[in-house]
Amino acid sequence: MGEESPIKRVERLYRSSEEVRSVVGAIWKVAPQAAEAAGVDRVKIMDFCGTHEWTITHFGLRSLMPPQVELVAGPGCPVCITPGYYVDAAASLARDGVRVLTYGDAYRLQGTPRGTETDSLARARSEGAPVEVVYSVMDAVRRARGDGVESVFLAVGFETTAPATASPVTRGAVPENLTFINVHRLTPPITRYVFERVPGAPILGVIAPGHVSAITGAAAWEFVPRDYGIPAVVTGFEPLDVVLAVLEMLRQLREGRPRLVNEYSRVVSWEGNLAAKRAIERCCEVVDSAWRGIGFVEESGLAFRREFSRVDAAERYGLREPSPEDWSRDLPPGCRCAEVTLGAAKPTDCPMFMKVCTPGTPYGPCMVSQEGACSVWARYGGGGRAEEVARELGLI
Amino acid sequence: MCLGIPGRVIELSGDVALVDFLGIRREVDASMAEGIGPGDYVVVHAGVIISKLDPEEAERTLDAWREMVEFLSSEGGDGGDG
Ligand code: SF4
Repeated sequence: MGEESPIKRVERLYRSSEEVRSVVGAIWKVAPQAAEAAGVDRVKIMDFCGTHEWTITHFGLRSLMPPQVELVAGPGCPVCITPGYYVDAAASLARDGVRVLTYGDAYRLQGTPRGTETDSLARARSEGAPVEVVYSVMDAVRRARGDGVESVFLAVGFETTAPATASPVTRGAVPENLTFINVHRLTPPITRYVFERVPGAPILGVIAPGHVSAITGAAAWEFVPRDYGIPAVVTGFEPLDVVLAVLEMLRQLREGRPRLVNEYSRVVSWEGNLAAKRAIERCCEVVDSAWRGIGFVEESGLAFRREFSRVDAAERYGLREPSPEDWSRDLPPGCRCAEVTLGAAKPTDCPMFMKVCTPGTPYGPCMVSQEGACSVWARYGGGGRAEEVARELGLI
Repeated sequence: MCLGIPGRVIELSGDVALVDFLGIRREVDASMAEGIGPGDYVVVHAGVIISKLDPEEAERTLDAWREMVEFLSSEGGDGGDG
């Protein structure tokens, strides 16, 4: 039994600094040709998942890239893009005595900015309102069924998290006293939004989100090379996964043949998790939805179908979708989260980064969630840590 | 939030599975784990098994990538100073 667990073994293989170094060597070789073939000085590659941003920053991968490659963070943080309106709504339900259950990250998220009066679930709880952090929807269902207390679950998250909501709803396992504020959002539509509407240098490669793709299937990203001529690689979360994805995209650019590759085939299949997709499709319809600081994006969110209105907190408590006025003042003054989220600015471009706004005292939503780009940079990007790792790997 | 945690299924009963996360055991939602049984490696996200994890596939794909890396690194002659 002294054998290494296969899970540990995969982790060790995909974190091997020797392997990473040899891939980085190939990246340095191919990058100048790729940039030339693409007609740019720098090839801009975007990640669409906060966990990828964590891998890139934590392991210092950015500093290992040649000057022709720029890795930028995209809209990969579901908590960061959750409109403040829903936080306000949840906090006010809690103040009215309805127990609010949610995931840890959403607990600290700020509502719509109102100077020093900005609300959050954490604040409501500190004032005695019933708010509880749970690990999963299953725990929320068990709690609600166990004590019969009137409860609302604030359900944030992308395709990865939507199945957790869809599971009890479609199985008829949600007790009478529990409803959901459904704020689930979809990643392909915001990817299109970034390509089509965000000014600045074009994105020339997509590190597609591995765990979103476990649900949607790798095939969900076929539109990237097909409609936009941009390489896309469904990528795992270890450093070797990410550098392999970068190398693959550079090679495609050099050859002028963008396509979709599934690098994370140990977890992601082409068609995805069919049971999960069926459940989501059964309980929800795709609707135009608001993204914090960004606005309405066509067909980018999920809402419960009429037949499941019984579990819909929007129905039970008369919540509405935020209006354009709600989101135009959704970020605190000066916070550049919207640009950071869309890859149009770096956290360090914000004058408040690590001054007014820190992980201990977050001012904007991208500093609240563990997956927000500002929070990731604050915790792992500062203080020369990236350079330290690069030096360890003997690369600079 | 999209942090998936790898684990191994110990027990399956109906829509609930007991999963071992390198020593820590936890009950998770298995209603979307079609074709998955005890002994299988899985990825769990927000308390739901979202996918199978195939450690052998991890090694197979790595071998294929190594070939590509080697090829690209040796391109253009001596492969020396790049
Ligand atoms: S550092 Fe803080 S204030 Fe600046 S963009 Fe990030 S979250 Fe907003």
